[in-house]
Amino acid sequence: MERNISSRPPENAPKAARESNFAVNLNRRYMMDRIFKAAAWGATIISVIILSWLLLTILMDGLGTLNWNFITSFPSRKAERAGIIAALAGTVWLMGLVALFAFPIGVGAGIYLEEFAEDNWFTQFVEINIGNLAGVPSIIYGLLGLAVFVRIMEPITGGRSVLSGSLTISLLILPIVIVATREALRAIPDSLRLAGYALGATRWQVVRSHVLPAALPGILTGMILALSRAIGETASLIAVGAAVFISFLPEGLNSQFTAMPIQIYNWISRPQDEFHYIAASGIIVLMAALLVMNGLAIYLRNRFQQEKL
Amino acid sequence: MASPTPSSSISAVAESKSIALKAEKVSVYYGSNLAVKDVYLDIPEHEIVAFIGPSGCGKSTILRCFNRMNDLIPIAKVEGRILFDGEEISGKRVDPVELRRRVGMVFQKPNPFPKSIYDNITFGAKINGYQGDYDELVERSLRGAALWDEVKDKLKESGLGLSGGQQQRLCIARAIAIEPEVILMDEPCSALDPISTIKVEELMHDLKSKYTIVIVTHNMQQASRVSDRTAFFNAIATDKGGKMGYLVEYDKTEAIFSNPKEEYTRDYVSGRFG
Repeated sequence: MERNISSRPPENAPKAARESNFAVNLNRRYMMDRIFKAAAWGATIISVIILSWLLLTILMDGLGTLNWNFITSFPSRKAERAGIIAALAGTVWLMGLVALFAFPIGVGAGIYLEEFAEDNWFTQFVEINIGNLAGVPSIIYGLLGLAVFVRIMEPITGGRSVLSGSLTISLLILPIVIVATREALRAIPDSLRLAGYALGATRWQVVRSHVLPAALPGILTGMILALSRAIGETASLIAVGAAVFISFLPEGLNSQFTAMPIQIYNWISRPQDEFHYIAASGIIVLMAALLVMNGLAIYLRNRFQQEKL
Repeated sequence: MASPTPSSSISAVAESKSIALKAEKVSVYYGSNLAVKDVYLDIPEHEIVAFIGPSGCGKSTILRCFNRMNDLIPIAKVEGRILFDGEEISGKRVDPVELRRRVGMVFQKPNPFPKSIYDNITFGAKINGYQGDYDELVERSLRGAALWDEVKDKLKESGLGLSGGQQQRLCIARAIAIEPEVILMDEPCSALDPISTIKVEELMHDLKSKYTIVIVTHNMQQASRVSDRTAFFNAIATDKGGKMGYLVEYDKTEAIFSNPKEEYTRDYVSGRFG
């Protein structure tokens, strides 16, 4: 146990030993540094270039036909009179309803699985399935929505309605919301939970007062990602039966509807060039709507972060 | 290896002082691993009892038995009887949430809530249905933790903005705000600098008149400075490659440090160990 002091090497030995045992080779290591920095920079710049090229072509094609008339008009057989208002309204309805359905259910399920559920075969089964569901193609969700929401639940949903569509998309993004919620909750250190329990808090009091507020920014980030996926969703909506030619705004949950991606797809698949230009205009409106939605979510997130101190 | 000798621990509290906490043949399992075996321990009211011993000897595990924090670890299982004010608390009949209001805890790493200093103090009071005046409670608790003068002008600021030592005293203030009878401290000074450590130790002396304090510490000087009694735990290697802790000796602190009965204790407190 005691250290043998007399076995220490002579004074000049350490330096000699260091030189012989390590080949420091700084030049080579810094070279690798530079190579990987350049590679990472290249990867970044490639994605930026592709993205700006996409944006640029869209803007060049679409800005010419993008005007107030386009935004406030219903679709038409003539490209110069066609507008996107029906699809824009449909998308706004969809996103509002999707957020309303998916946020409480997804966050609730995430909280249950992460904070309350015991680790047994059932929760593991649920967990694996949620992971798999996130990877299921959206057309499958569309067919499910067609069978369940459009056909079976027709008395409630009104068939091919905005309600059926938003329920279908909610299902589609639920796994993303649940997984994001769990990740956000898992990132909260246990010391915070223990502090609450040690003061005589119940599980829900600990979650409600400490864990959830701390995790909320992360949960909202997940919600932003999920809604960004939902706003571009086309295949499942076509399966559910979103109409492609609608000349009225949705009046209620059971109303027929269309959405911007569907409208854009419809215009692009027409032979006339004029329709391709207004499709580009539609894409600009879609991106603007996405930006507004994400901006709102980021604003909410920052507000919660400030409240948290 | 010497076998655990519970006899020395029972005799440690022979006087007529009333017993706040009592462990009778307490063993804790993590899964199928026996982590601590057959601990007998009496903790008298208004005293400071220190748990010392090498890592893995189960001193923190035993500490967490007293406020049922082991309940939160799904694989942990506690056997034996634990009594608080003569009432058994290890059974299913006692509600751990209610128990934890009466047996407070301070952790190794300061863990204030990411909220204002004021809210840190009032949270425990709110959830436990405190009836009195909250401003008065905050001032009383912070004074009790010797923190009031340092923070009285910034009660609305975040508890995370304080220094490590101040954060730990905030955690103590938060613990005493719900008027517990016992405060458990799990290495409360191991993340603090020496000046902050001294402040917390002085605070413990002040708190002794109102509360019973159990402290786990790796710092033997600290144990000898603050505690009235000291329990020395040791760990032995098990067949499965794990460690099993047991109580070696429990006595008045002077006796443990100057005249221990067990050789292991003597080796440990004199630094000739581990």
